[in-house]
Amino acid sequence: MITMEHVCKSYKVAKRKAGLSEVCKSFFRREHEVIHALKDVSFSIKEGEMVGYIGPNGAGKSSTIKILSGILTPDSGTCTVDGRIPWKNRTEHVKQIGVVFGQRSQLWWDIPVIDSFELLKEIYSVSKENYNRKLEELTELLQLSEILKTPTRQLSLGQRMRCEVAASLLHEPRILFLDEPTIGLDAVSKLAVRDFIKKMNREHKTTVILTTHDMQDIEAIAERVILIGKGQILLDGTLQDLRNAAIGETADAPENAGNITIGAGVSDEESLGAQSGINLDHVMAALYKKLDIM
Amino acid sequence: MRKYYMFFKVRFASGLQYRMASITALTTQLIWGIMECFAFKAIAEAMGTGLPMEYSSIVTYIWLKEAFLALFSTWTGDKDIFSLIQNGGVSYELCRPVSVYSMWFARIVGGRGSEALLRCIPVLICAFLLPGTLRMSLPVSIEAFVLFLVTLVLAVGVAVALCMFVNMLCFFTISPQGWRMVLLGSADFFMGNVIPLPFFPERFRKVVEWLPFPYMQNVPFRVYSGDLPVADLGPVMAKQVLWLVILVAAGLCTWKFVEKKIVVQGG
Amino acid sequence: MSLRKSISLYIRYAAICVRSIMEYKLSFGLMIFGRCMIAFTEFLAIRFLFDGLTEIKGYTYGDVLLCFSVMHMAFTLAELFGNGFKVFSGIVKSGEFDRMLLRPCSPILQIMGTRFEIGRTGPLITSTITLCIGIAESKVSWNLLTALTLALMIVGATFLFIGLYMLGASFCFFTIEDTSILNALTYGAKEHGKYPIDVYGRGVLRFCTFVIPYTLVQYYPLQFLLGRSTNRVLGLYPVGVVVFLAICYGVWCAGVRNYKSCGS
Repeated sequence: MITMEHVCKSYKVAKRKAGLSEVCKSFFRREHEVIHALKDVSFSIKEGEMVGYIGPNGAGKSSTIKILSGILTPDSGTCTVDGRIPWKNRTEHVKQIGVVFGQRSQLWWDIPVIDSFELLKEIYSVSKENYNRKLEELTELLQLSEILKTPTRQLSLGQRMRCEVAASLLHEPRILFLDEPTIGLDAVSKLAVRDFIKKMNREHKTTVILTTHDMQDIEAIAERVILIGKGQILLDGTLQDLRNAAIGETADAPENAGNITIGAGVSDEESLGAQSGINLDHVMAALYKKLDIM
Repeated sequence: MRKYYMFFKVRFASGLQYRMASITALTTQLIWGIMECFAFKAIAEAMGTGLPMEYSSIVTYIWLKEAFLALFSTWTGDKDIFSLIQNGGVSYELCRPVSVYSMWFARIVGGRGSEALLRCIPVLICAFLLPGTLRMSLPVSIEAFVLFLVTLVLAVGVAVALCMFVNMLCFFTISPQGWRMVLLGSADFFMGNVIPLPFFPERFRKVVEWLPFPYMQNVPFRVYSGDLPVADLGPVMAKQVLWLVILVAAGLCTWKFVEKKIVVQGG
Repeated sequence: MSLRKSISLYIRYAAICVRSIMEYKLSFGLMIFGRCMIAFTEFLAIRFLFDGLTEIKGYTYGDVLLCFSVMHMAFTLAELFGNGFKVFSGIVKSGEFDRMLLRPCSPILQIMGTRFEIGRTGPLITSTITLCIGIAESKVSWNLLTALTLALMIVGATFLFIGLYMLGASFCFFTIEDTSILNALTYGAKEHGKYPIDVYGRGVLRFCTFVIPYTLVQYYPLQFLLGRSTNRVLGLYPVGVVVFLAICYGVWCAGVRNYKSCGS
């Protein structure tokens, strides 16, 4: 379904310095710095998989998502999604994908949600029957019937996010990218969104790629976890592999054991691996520190 | 004093950081000024002896206008204050132990002043170096230059006081941006930004002179080039002071109302 | 995507923009009125200047008003349709352009559609009035050809402005710094285009022919319109804007290929 092979991407950014004289100097000559966002990234994802794509801030998560969704062209490497090269057959490609950005809205601010949906129907050329069927399904699963007639600006964050998710699925995409879909949501909305995603995956075999910092999202949704740091894939496996990695590292490097224990806030390594949920953040923090990717 | 130096330094540095922006602004202003000079040259040739202002005075007026755009342009300097009005952040300002009116007044003056200082130097240098009839001339006399500076300060006072008054009025409407546009957009014309006031027909000008607008940039820019003779300046400056007092008083009175409204309604 | 589908989609986008702004009716009304007034003061300035003169370089009050109206009208129409390009750096910075690339339709359509600015149409009222005064005052012999010339001037200038906005927007792909230099050219043309370009002398006339072809939509067709030249071809000069537009489009396409989405 999705394959990425040896993908590299780098950016050039202007250096900014402090101090009045430095600023004056840079007025005339500006130095640049090359940042390697992705260094030889390869992985493949099968249809119907639910993959958590995690890593610290600035690790290259969003660059990967942008390349997969056809927004960015990589410097080198190959990438195919459903047999297509995303940035070459952009129009065809984007019809097959849905993207939710937790921090940005795709709904029009001042008009009722349903009108945004209608416009999306036109944009994606969804037939009337398909649209009505899908809308009915989404309305029921996400409990949207009460809020469809409300302008977006009057919705609470949780309501809005449910609408965002629905908006990304109106054209029945086969792949769904979720970028921090539960950020800032209350417990009830979080659970609703997570349950919904799982249901979509079960019923429509939608492939889901989730990037988030919320480890509970990962735990609830992702069957497989890909860990990226400093532009490189560091781990590709199950959540249990991730836990083992954190412990394994500890076992391999006992002089750092204290760090992990402190970071994890638990008394012994045993419970670090065994306990789930609450301590996942600590596991991650410890792992990031071990791998030195912060 | 150190506080002001730091404030200025930060603004200066952030102004320089946007290299393209400063070059863009300078180029724009130069093109603007040169085009205006050309247009008035053609107008001067067509009007002949009927020209109400000497051509060299017009050129100087145009360049001073470009150089000190930030001081008088109705849009600069109070963006953050305006957004405070729009999104209700004004309640926080009330918590500070200073008079809100004078604090905002100082902030606008500071904002416009530093912006103008940053912008005027390159514009003036270019204006003095331009060839032939496009070149800006020196002030006609030392007295004229001193009075230019004095009336410039008064003019900025009047302009900022008017701006403050409009800002205060904005509290009473649900569409502050719209009102501001209507009020300040028309001020631009009466100030002499589109054409210098001597080009207004006699009768129209008589009416306009009863308004505060001609006591802003119109006075200092014309004093500089000698179009407004130093000898006639007494009553003009008196009116500048008068308008400054009236507008500050009006702004303060409105602020008292606003304050009451905020306290009662909670922003 | 078919043309028909594109147009219907554009209309839908525009309709949403109009509905959104109608949520704030007073603000909308004042914006229209304010912009209309500002344009009116510019007209007033011309009126005042012509109190003291009969003609500038052979152009009468009516001639200048025609020129003024054409440029203002075109500028307003360009702002109405091409506003998306004008505020494009904001669209990129907010990440909205990423979202546009995720839609299976042309980004140009989305940029123009999502920023359809009905609130900027105030000067259209003023310039329609001044156009009428200009037509009445100038001594143009009106026939099908001269009417066509006038219409071509307005349409041509509109596309010229949109082309410039597009060019300015393309720069956002190559630099993150402020790129409003072209805004200066468009505002400048609106502001100073009220006089026929030869009023400003030969140098400006050359610049406006070979660098940015303003003369195509203003000076040359005007010569035919006002009967200063009998060469009918001059009246068709505005069509030449198509070439300029094609160049702008080329730069835009190169820019999109070079696009580096900003951060996260």
